[in-house]
Amino acid sequence: MGNESFSLCSPVAAALRRVAVAWLLSVAAFIAAAAEPQRPEPLKSGIEFAGADIRALQADDFSNPAMLWMARGEKLWSEAPAEGAKSCAGCHGEAAASMKGAATRYPRVDPGSARVVDLEGRINLCRERNQSTAPYKPESDELLGLTTYVAYQSRGLPLAISIDPQNRRAFERGRDRYRTRIGQMNLACVHCHDRNWGRRLMAETISQGHGTAYPAYRLEWQAVGSLQRRIRACYFGVRAEMPPFGAPELLELELYLAWRAGALPVETPGVRR
Amino acid sequence: MDARVQVPKQARRGEVIDVRIAIKHPMETGFRYDVMGKPIPKNVINSLLVTYNGAEIFRAELGSGIAANPYLQFSTVAEASGELRFEWVDDNGTRGEERARITVTG
Repeated sequence: MGNESFSLCSPVAAALRRVAVAWLLSVAAFIAAAAEPQRPEPLKSGIEFAGADIRALQADDFSNPAMLWMARGEKLWSEAPAEGAKSCAGCHGEAAASMKGAATRYPRVDPGSARVVDLEGRINLCRERNQSTAPYKPESDELLGLTTYVAYQSRGLPLAISIDPQNRRAFERGRDRYRTRIGQMNLACVHCHDRNWGRRLMAETISQGHGTAYPAYRLEWQAVGSLQRRIRACYFGVRAEMPPFGAPELLELELYLAWRAGALPVETPGVRR
Repeated sequence: MDARVQVPKQARRGEVIDVRIAIKHPMETGFRYDVMGKPIPKNVINSLLVTYNGAEIFRAELGSGIAANPYLQFSTVAEASGELRFEWVDDNGTRGEERARITVTG
């Protein structure tokens, strides 16, 4: 007893208490920081992790194979989808003017349905609502072509995703999904793309996982694919069940990724391995 | 078949010009199987012919060793204004065609 009262009053104990309080505060700060969403520092586009041949392919607008899909999209832009229906150009005019910057604001919450939509989803909504036509199938050449063409109009512009009351819930679900372990490998996105980017995973350099180049041409696919397809490939990689195209969890992840990419520029149409 | 060709719009007579063509095609090798285990038949672009004002300037025979969405580039001499015509055919008999105009000065 006497010992205890002595220790509480001594200068040594006071110093120890200060250290303990400082330590507790730093732990609290650490927990608070961990609870807040983080961006990798510094932000690096996926192209920075690619080899010289891939960079050359993306940099040359003719040899970039994704341009073949874009050419299709450019044609579709001014083609009426059905007799009597307006083409995209019929309402939006020149894509170079009307679609400039559009891709920097997606995914966003669609006011009509209160659901998150990405650029592909938005194009399909436009087909249903304004062109009275059936939506394109996911990963069809038509949908990828049009999406690539629309996103291309924002090439070089920084992403501009802000979190507001409309999309906050979806954003938080996406962020939580990003940190939740899944699959037989029991890994979350964060384990590769936040903690180990820049390091090797067998023959590959792990990127920061930004989707700024999508729709992109992947050599593995020998075709252009959407960001959803790429995220599904990650699910496959960790041996988890792949959500179907258009699943809310994919869209919410896309939204989180778009926020996480900060002000990285749109690169569509990108080339990746 | 979607394709893109690139030929300079203008050139001086006698100038060496680059001609490029990219064609969207799966270039199925015939060695792959679908999810049900059935072989996917070979289907590649087997020949490509380029004519310049009707005269053949480039011909290529392609096989299953060429990757999907083939891209070819060659050089030729700009001789006269006119048209370059690109024609190709795959194993299914599907034909593709593109044209490009060039104006030669001097």
